[in-house]
Amino acid sequence: MAELKLMKGNEAIAEAAIRCGCDGYFGYPITPQSEIMETLMARQPWDETGMVVLQAESEVASINMVYGGAACGKRAMTSSSSPGISLMQEGITYIAGSELPCLIVNVVRGGPGLGTIQPAQSDYFQAVKGGGHGDYKLIVLAPASVQEMYDFVDLAFELAFKYRNPAMILSDGVIGQMMEKVQIGDYKPRLTDEEVVKRYGSWATTGKPSTRERNIITSLDLDANSQELFNLKLLKKYAEIEKNEIRFEEISCTDAEYLLVAYGSSSRICQKTVDLAREKGIKVGLLRPITLYPYPYGAIQKLVPQLKGILAVEMSAGQMVEDVRLAVNGKVPVLHYGRMGGVIPTPNEVLKVLEDKLIKG
Amino acid sequence: MAKIRGAIVVDVERCKGCSLCVVACPSSVIALAKEVNGKGYNYAYMVNPDACTGCVNCAIVCPDTVISVYKVKADAVA
Amino acid sequence: MDVKDIIKEENLVYSKSKVLTDTIMHYCPGCTHGVVHKVIAEVIEELGIQDKTIGVSPVGCAVFAYNYLDIDWQEAAHGRAPALATAINRLYPDKYVFTYQGDGDLASIGTAEIIHACNRGENIVVIFINNGIYGMTGGQMAPTTLIDMPTSTTPYGRKVDLNGYPLKITDLVAQLPGTCFVTRHSAHTPAAVRKLKKAVTKAFQNTRRKKGVSFIEVVSTCNSGWKLSPVESNNWMVEHMFPYYPLGDMKDE
Repeated sequence: MAELKLMKGNEAIAEAAIRCGCDGYFGYPITPQSEIMETLMARQPWDETGMVVLQAESEVASINMVYGGAACGKRAMTSSSSPGISLMQEGITYIAGSELPCLIVNVVRGGPGLGTIQPAQSDYFQAVKGGGHGDYKLIVLAPASVQEMYDFVDLAFELAFKYRNPAMILSDGVIGQMMEKVQIGDYKPRLTDEEVVKRYGSWATTGKPSTRERNIITSLDLDANSQELFNLKLLKKYAEIEKNEIRFEEISCTDAEYLLVAYGSSSRICQKTVDLAREKGIKVGLLRPITLYPYPYGAIQKLVPQLKGILAVEMSAGQMVEDVRLAVNGKVPVLHYGRMGGVIPTPNEVLKVLEDKLIKG
Repeated sequence: MAKIRGAIVVDVERCKGCSLCVVACPSSVIALAKEVNGKGYNYAYMVNPDACTGCVNCAIVCPDTVISVYKVKADAVA
Repeated sequence: MDVKDIIKEENLVYSKSKVLTDTIMHYCPGCTHGVVHKVIAEVIEELGIQDKTIGVSPVGCAVFAYNYLDIDWQEAAHGRAPALATAINRLYPDKYVFTYQGDGDLASIGTAEIIHACNRGENIVVIFINNGIYGMTGGQMAPTTLIDMPTSTTPYGRKVDLNGYPLKITDLVAQLPGTCFVTRHSAHTPAAVRKLKKAVTKAFQNTRRKKGVSFIEVVSTCNSGWKLSPVESNNWMVEHMFPYYPLGDMKDE
């Protein structure tokens, strides 16, 4: 039965993991997301659902534990923040190259380097453009509320298993730390090995029964031609994902002459900017990408004929704006506004840039 | 006392001619052939089959598991 | 008696384990990997655990181990096999999980993962192949390369002032309470292989009894990397490797 609870974003991730039938969480503490593992450890889900929770010796080990768990066909996940996610890139590309489903949560903080523990959105490139080596994609979901932190855990696992591809929740320190009410769902039972086979096929390493060939989870293929065939197979899968899984939200776009594009916590700020601008008679809309990969290029393209200009707002030096420009392809001006280093822009700041740079500029 | 007789069968095409079986054999049964297999290796064979006791030492140390060993008490088939 | 009369099905006393596949191994002639693979396959067959065993293969020459043993396998990133094995063990506490790692994989790039898996007492088997050199990449220095031993990155021999000391990682893991069985073996003679097989059997039995990490180092040869024949390599190993890496049990609880 659904219930309402006041929770931190990070706590919502943990609660959702337990309730969506996650089999294993493997992580390493890092600010601003440590509450995820802390909540899990306090909840002791191994008694409740059988879910394994383990504090690893490093992010490198965490992601490789996720690899091992995912290769067993289990719902395996980890979470971290930017520097830790950098450490995980090796494991992530192996997981993508082995076509394994898993969930990685990045509660982003400012960088580069050790950076700051304050919120940022400067890991966009790392999340959607590769991050690790080789041609691969993550399915990337960007929650803008604590409710979405909760909801996207199960969604990410569903998508990850549907496509046998790692999925990432790209959050940030704002959403991770803030408290909101959350509608909590019922418990979904963890899947048995037999159910995994029935739903997703028999690829997991569960121990080889005499009734099937051995399963090998690997990303290695030394033959150039067959490796290329594998790359093509991945591209085909990514094309399917791009066709089926684009998610976005449009706010006040119907009559908009100007468009804000923002995801995650920036989209909440921009929502207020839209209200402020509309009070002044400026016809502004907001397009909020929910999936950052696949990116809603088409949704932006569709709005271009009615637009005089676009402002992409991110807590970064300008990363997602490149995808907005790709969508627009020079047809209208696209500007970027961002704060960095953990500074959060205000709705009025965004409005001022909209008026001074985009409308008057 | 019945005499123990053994024999080995080498999977010639899989043998890499590493010679580890040659030195492992306590009875000097095995040598590498002057001929080569399809891969160009001088493969192992029984140069002195009468001395084989079927002790399986050669098979145990063979990294490519190309040796099968047979063993019989000589009087049983006399 | 003619050889033909001996070679009969009923007289067969040794043949390839059913757990070994028919794939021809890519290893160089005389490589120790083949012997160790065979031993593991025979133990899995004899214990009847083929359907419950999951292997984790490394990066290095044994990267293709999954082609040779007919069990489920996961191929790890370099050094990370113990992390994968940890997750498998936690999620499948009743299965048999082993990692198969070389010296570069286990004792260099994967030092953190092996130490912590051992320290947590994961219920796994670790097979550690130590031949003192990086075979796959062409004979570079390993953490276990002996002092004065030439490799392609220590062409004048390993020097302590430049490269430090050969790492006895097996001695290190023996100190950790999470390990139950830590032993060093070789596979160069029939007697050595028989002993190794006993150790591997005990290791998997320890898993059955949930005793923690069983860690088996196999002092091995790399005749290509050492630039010696297989037979010469074995002799060199006895003469040079064994004094620094003495065989025997370090721990058996």
